[in-house]
Amino acid sequence: MSEANAKIDEIVQSNDVVLFMKGSALFPQCGFSARAISILDHLGVGFETVDVLQDPEIRQGIKAYSDWPTIPQLYVKGEFVGGSDIMMEMFEAGELQQLLDEKQVAKA
Amino acid sequence: MPMAADEIERLIRTGIPDARVEITDLAGDGDHYSARVVAESFRGMPRVAQQRRVYEALGGRMGGALHALQLTTATPD
Repeated sequence: MSEANAKIDEIVQSNDVVLFMKGSALFPQCGFSARAISILDHLGVGFETVDVLQDPEIRQGIKAYSDWPTIPQLYVKGEFVGGSDIMMEMFEAGELQQLLDEKQVAKA
Repeated sequence: MPMAADEIERLIRTGIPDARVEITDLAGDGDHYSARVVAESFRGMPRVAQQRRVYEALGGRMGGALHALQLTTATPD
């Protein structure tokens, strides 16, 4: 496991809900990341964010980690859920809330 | 280099022969697209796997030449 991979794994495993994104929750630097944040805000769930623009190793490494070519990426309880399009589809179908309930993720 | 909409459509159709593909140029700038890909072969696959198939069809362009592609996948009704 590369250093970046180990670092990512540590972040993913130690946070119930974590979003790898461009920018911060307050100042997203990309429309897709902004959309992901607004979905998480709507769900009222506690979450961590990692700004990949601050760390080129994580920015590249996260794509290999999940075998997913784009950012943002959402992880819940150590599992890759999807990017912002999947988040939106799941949110609209009520499936994201259901997933968080099933995994017993605490509210913010 | 941005990609043309018909090139995106062609790549997806080549990779997923049974796919019905609708591309929308969201900003009219040839750079921000949405794609809706409907394929019978997606049936039974989780969303992540469906989208991975589209990304594979795009052959590594996603996140590179194709920066802004909003993607939805579905199976025919």
